[in-house]
Amino acid sequence: MKYDLVVVGGGPAGYVGAIRAAQLGKRVACVEKERAGGTCLNWGCIPTKSLLRNAELYQLLRHRASDLGFRFDNLGFDWPKIIARSRAVSDKLASGVEFLFKKHKIDYIKATASIPEPGHLACKGTDGKEQVLDADSILVATGATSRPMPGLPINGKTVIDSHYAMIIDPQPKRLLIIGAGAIGVEFAYFFNAFGTEVTLIEMLPNILPVEDTEISVALERALTKQGIKILTNSKVTETATTKDGVRLTVEAKQKQTLEADSALVAIGVSPLVPTGLSLKLDPKGFIQIDDRYQTNVPGVYAAGDIIGPPWLAHVAMWEAIQAVNGIFSAATPKRLKTFPGCTYCQPQVASVGLTERAAKEKGIKFKVGKFPFLANGKALAAGEPEGFVKLMFAEPYGEIIGAHIIGAEATELIAELGLAINLEATHEELEATIHAHPTLSEAVHEAVGNAYGLAIHI
Amino acid sequence: MPITIEMPKLSDTMTEGTLLRWVKKVGESVAVGDVLAEVETDKATMEMEAFDEGTLSEVYVDEGQTVQVGQKLALLVGADEPKPSASKPPEPQKTSNTEKKAAQTRQPEPGPAAQTQKPAPAAQTDQPIPAESGARVKASPLARKVAADLGVELQNLPGSGPGGRIVRDDVLSAHENRPQTVGQSPKPVAATVASAPVSTQDTQISLSGMRRTIAARLLEAKTTIPHFYLQAEVDAEPLVQLRQQLNAANEAAGLPKFTVNDFILKATAVAATRVPKANASFSGDTIVQYGSVHLACAVAVDDGLVTPVIRDAQSKTLSQISAEIKDLASKARSKKLKPEQYQGGTMTVSNLGSYGVDQFFAIINPPQSLIVSVGAILKKPVVNAAGAIVPGQRIVLALSCDHRVVDGAIGAEFLAALKRLIETPALMLV
Repeated sequence: MKYDLVVVGGGPAGYVGAIRAAQLGKRVACVEKERAGGTCLNWGCIPTKSLLRNAELYQLLRHRASDLGFRFDNLGFDWPKIIARSRAVSDKLASGVEFLFKKHKIDYIKATASIPEPGHLACKGTDGKEQVLDADSILVATGATSRPMPGLPINGKTVIDSHYAMIIDPQPKRLLIIGAGAIGVEFAYFFNAFGTEVTLIEMLPNILPVEDTEISVALERALTKQGIKILTNSKVTETATTKDGVRLTVEAKQKQTLEADSALVAIGVSPLVPTGLSLKLDPKGFIQIDDRYQTNVPGVYAAGDIIGPPWLAHVAMWEAIQAVNGIFSAATPKRLKTFPGCTYCQPQVASVGLTERAAKEKGIKFKVGKFPFLANGKALAAGEPEGFVKLMFAEPYGEIIGAHIIGAEATELIAELGLAINLEATHEELEATIHAHPTLSEAVHEAVGNAYGLAIHI
Repeated sequence: MPITIEMPKLSDTMTEGTLLRWVKKVGESVAVGDVLAEVETDKATMEMEAFDEGTLSEVYVDEGQTVQVGQKLALLVGADEPKPSASKPPEPQKTSNTEKKAAQTRQPEPGPAAQTQKPAPAAQTDQPIPAESGARVKASPLARKVAADLGVELQNLPGSGPGGRIVRDDVLSAHENRPQTVGQSPKPVAATVASAPVSTQDTQISLSGMRRTIAARLLEAKTTIPHFYLQAEVDAEPLVQLRQQLNAANEAAGLPKFTVNDFILKATAVAATRVPKANASFSGDTIVQYGSVHLACAVAVDDGLVTPVIRDAQSKTLSQISAEIKDLASKARSKKLKPEQYQGGTMTVSNLGSYGVDQFFAIINPPQSLIVSVGAILKKPVVNAAGAIVPGQRIVLALSCDHRVVDGAIGAEFLAALKRLIETPALMLV
């Protein structure tokens, strides 16, 4: 029996690509070596959101209970239970994906796959069973894994990656985090909220270096206030594991040595290219594709983290849908242009479109509109006055080119602006849209007004 | 409130107009319905009437100047209003004020084809720009602004955005290689025109609005419509005899004579009712098969040609058709046609017989999908039913068809019907 499509990898790109092909009436198999849902669902986005929910509640109760009028004695937490809840959420969602495979009559094969030649996949099952699958098309969605740091191999105790960080028990008393991207920042927030002494080390001048600088600076201030020690412009030059922990030498203007129970390495990801065919790779080892998501081997396609940055689940899902639509129709699939990025510490950070830096580099003339949550009724009522909305509009037509939000629910507020950019809305359409009162989204509306001197509440 | 008067869109293909003459002068008072100016469009010279009363306070366009549809022409102030002190003419193509009113003129009553369309300036931001087919144009707000700024028409642009929406890049690429839009005057009508060498003996003739439209429409027709051609030689003897009889009778009664073309028009209208599939247009997702035959007829005029339309030709007598085309042709020559008199044709007849042309194939006039090319009636030897060679009168009828709508068999059926009607003109009575 021959499949129309075999997908290698069951993560966001893989399972979504498989389901889309099944929706198109195709005969599909999905090969996954671990668990459906991939990193995102099992060891990434989802379980960390569970941990972060615990962290923000604990943080709120610990520091602001009396402001809010709560009174209790002996507030505590159960670390193993926090981890267990996170694992249970992952487990539930992974079985949800497995159910979706069944519903769409997708053959779900638990195996490690290699592609010896186009049209064939060699699978070695977790039970040792070997089989060869025939397929007209193959979609490689094998994703990526944490990038190791030279000289600091992961051992799961004193040196950990994000995978171990979400199940580490006992809780480390002191934690060094190398890399202040979204993963580093989220774990810094999480561990700090539960009382771990956290030092966040970043080589570049700001944490969340891909975000707008103004947002990064605001977040640095907020996290420092919460007790996280932040070292930017700092490079780890020496590493050593000690009897009961780890010791790093960090060079900035001055050299200093830091000791802790554990170090979390969060310096990016490396590709997981399947064995077999020699697929054309870019200099960093990610698979190169053409406009139809096809690799250099005809009939073999790739989507998701494996084709390079941005390494985001929502981008992977979108790419997989584009790729599969392209495989089974003559329409040219779209390539990524605009995507939101979210970081789930508190205050949250979310953005879509260009940063001010990028717009300046491109030589775009633009107007900026800002609005602080301090002047937003709903934010005050909810006790979340921290943060602001920053929007950028190109001149002369006033189309929105960038949106940056720091504050409560920023990650939920950003969707509207993604739609606006995607539909090429200008400030006029945003201005003309009624935003419900009282909501945090009014801050978005007022930031639009602010860019054109029309904001009412500032 | 002073009222801005803008160049109105007076026909579906009009993108610019020439202000021939200001009838009202600055300072004169204007009543509703007064003629403000004469405007030459691509099709005709028209009178621009006032919709509001007041005093003509400013005039921004000189006589003889050609401007885009929607561009400001003049300012009208109320009787009790002071004249605005700053008399800086507004910049052309600014979109901010064009959203107020479509055009400050009385639109001529639109014909059937124009009834689905709203007149609107090309450069509007708040309202959808009307599509030629009457459908909504899906375009992003940014694309609309850029299009208004660059004078790009959105109607026929392909959209590459979500759901086929026209986005900025589509407008920009259309602007860069704008071949078909009849745009601002300095722009060539075709991107691929090879520049001809010009010596001192040569004359450079600037394009009139009509020439510009002919160039754009026919380039569009010939490059985007899959034409195919059919022709048949038809026995014109019966028609010639019938014409002689009728004209003799008419002469006695002091009535005008019929031309050969009158018969061809009548026969074409009847043939279209016999083969309704030929009386149709390609419209993207659908084919529109027309319920009436609005028969256009090419008329040569000084600077080109126009195709006035005989409405509901299928239900008109030979005399009515004859009288109507005479009237329309004379109006066309004096540029007095109203839009409803040249818009909305469903098929066209082009007759070069009077020039002695024996046969030719005309280019389809979009959005129609069929044009009948008529040659001269020639005396020539023919083989009769008895197998003898005898003198005969023959005419060649040719069809150019849009293959998206009219297949070979349908075209052939139509031509056969036409041939039968010409050869047996009595069939036109039944």
